[in-house]
Amino acid sequence: MSTKEKISVPVMAELAARGEKPEYLFWVGCAGAFDDRYKKVTKAFASILNHLGTSYAVLGTEETCTGDPARRAGNEMLFQMQALQLIELFEAYEIKKIITICPHCYNVFKNEYPELGGSYEVISYVDFLQSSIESGSLKPHTGQFSGARITYHDPCYLGRANEIYESPRKVIKALNGQLIEMERNKHLALCCGAGGGQMFKEAEKGDKEVFIERTEEAIKTNPEVIATACPFCMTMMTDGIKYKNRENDIKNYDIAELIALSLG
Amino acid sequence: MIANFIFSLLLIAAAWLFTKNIQRIAGNIKLGKPVQIDDNKGQRWKNMFRVAIGQSKMTTRPISAIMHLFVYVGFIVINIEMIEILVDGILGTHRILAFLGSIYPILISVFEIFAVLVILACVVFLVRRNVIRLRRFWNREMTSWPRSDANIILITEILLMTSILVMNAADGLLQSRGNEYYAAMGSFLISDLMQPLFAGMSDGGLIILERAGWWFHIIGVLIFLNYIPYSKHFHVFLSFPNVYYSKLGPLGKMPNMPAITNEVKMMLDPDAALQPEASGSEEEIGQFGAKDATDLNWKQLMDAYTCTECGRCTSACPANITGKKLSPRKIVMDVRDRIEEVGKYIRKHGKDAEDGQTLFDRIKDEELWACTTCNACVQECPVNIDPLAIILELRRYLVMEKASAPGEINATFSNIENNGAPWQFSNEDRLQWAG
Repeated sequence: MSTKEKISVPVMAELAARGEKPEYLFWVGCAGAFDDRYKKVTKAFASILNHLGTSYAVLGTEETCTGDPARRAGNEMLFQMQALQLIELFEAYEIKKIITICPHCYNVFKNEYPELGGSYEVISYVDFLQSSIESGSLKPHTGQFSGARITYHDPCYLGRANEIYESPRKVIKALNGQLIEMERNKHLALCCGAGGGQMFKEAEKGDKEVFIERTEEAIKTNPEVIATACPFCMTMMTDGIKYKNRENDIKNYDIAELIALSLG
Repeated sequence: MIANFIFSLLLIAAAWLFTKNIQRIAGNIKLGKPVQIDDNKGQRWKNMFRVAIGQSKMTTRPISAIMHLFVYVGFIVINIEMIEILVDGILGTHRILAFLGSIYPILISVFEIFAVLVILACVVFLVRRNVIRLRRFWNREMTSWPRSDANIILITEILLMTSILVMNAADGLLQSRGNEYYAAMGSFLISDLMQPLFAGMSDGGLIILERAGWWFHIIGVLIFLNYIPYSKHFHVFLSFPNVYYSKLGPLGKMPNMPAITNEVKMMLDPDAALQPEASGSEEEIGQFGAKDATDLNWKQLMDAYTCTECGRCTSACPANITGKKLSPRKIVMDVRDRIEEVGKYIRKHGKDAEDGQTLFDRIKDEELWACTTCNACVQECPVNIDPLAIILELRRYLVMEKASAPGEINATFSNIENNGAPWQFSNEDRLQWAG
């Protein structure tokens, strides 16, 4: 599946104007919309949704920050301003199901919006992809990553925060990838260093950057691919690979990209 | 007769002192903010059985898990022996449980096996702390008192177990010699092997040794009982309620601040402010976040008293691993030390007295801002302490009361506020990825 050509993406407001209501809101997230690397992941996932013929739409220019980084950094006021506005918007579009590609957005929608009056069925894209493969609706080819040594870095907000450990691993196995675990994995996985607002600031003084520590651990598995499932983890691991001068032999792909690349 | 009297007096004094100590700690915990935790009782009991009684979270580190299991089970099993010691002490009897007949030596042998396992575990723990010097026992917050505290506990436990074994060995020798005060009651598995050490002693000497072992053990236990409330060892009591009251559901869920919801609703819809029912509870909006230990809720203070300073949290913390100042264990220890200090001050100067200190005299902003909120510390804690919840309350204070977040974080806030994204991009460009 080529990522070069423009793809058509249904937008909620346009659908609403035609009186249509999609089944899912595809929540892109700020990194998915603005981070150059993660934009490719967004496109990859949207192309899979198109391929599946899923009934979905994005909010496009109506999307805004969920407030999660503000909450984690201690700014509850700003978080709730964002959250209450979004809940109102979701209500206007009668949104029931949300698919997210960002674990931080996933967590905040699933676990924290209900207390503010916004309850939805929130689905992580890794779960969505895995169940689509399991149900047989998504049939990726197994050529591209067959036998490839792939290590998977658990994002904190999918893993420990929400105990989603198996779906991404099942996807890798479904692609016939050779899944090699890092020493610290699943609930013991080491953070990439970007959570809790760290993505937006310099790290405090220390001996080492967290992303280097984690990348070194990943490199120990002698991988061809470091698979990630979070925009911030991707920034960190990609930077780590560059820092270690391994961009020629180690690729950092998102779980959605592994599938998109296998749809041919 | 005199002996029973002295024993009963000691027992009453120790029990009284222990009650005072417990009241002090309970009083300090109650200095925390109220929080209602009475939901999902079934799940909470389950957690307590699995995590606290069943030690399920210990298993990620097998060596310390097994060694700790020896001490933990040993502590419970050997406490049955305490029943005999207490009854003997009060009534002036000798080995009152011997009426159990042939079961008695088996029971004592089981206690002895555990005594040996406890000694073994304590020796291993001492070696890990003082010889191998595992990093987590030598972090910055492990100053001389926390290190001594651990060693005092381990050495005391070794001495207490040894005294039982010596007492039994002397008893066994006296039994085999047919001493009139020491009726034969079968052989004890471990202490029998120790008999040759004391075989050269006279009956009189052995009786002194046996009695000394007995008194050393019981006095040691009574002193230790009252040492525990001043020590990290208090986890032997608080682990169970602490797990019971610990957070249920996904670790990713952060607690809401309803007081802010009301304010934000009024800001978004000024009309709503005029309707009394929309403004919700009439609860007064106090200070946001936590500045001092008394701004935390009682469960967070219970967390602090439950901490046994094992340092698993800190050894899993990405910030700490990479040399940053943040250590989740230090945060928890700081909260405990601070609430102890506040409690002491209040008891002396009255309940509204303030000593002019806060948690921020102990915790630097730099520690708090190094946290990635990854939950590794919460995941690691074998007794479900939540250091992250405390860190976030402190951040809330820094941001909402002091407006003293790092510059880049403030910039992120204003980006979210003005552009609806943590970066300075225009919302108009949100669909560019499709192209």
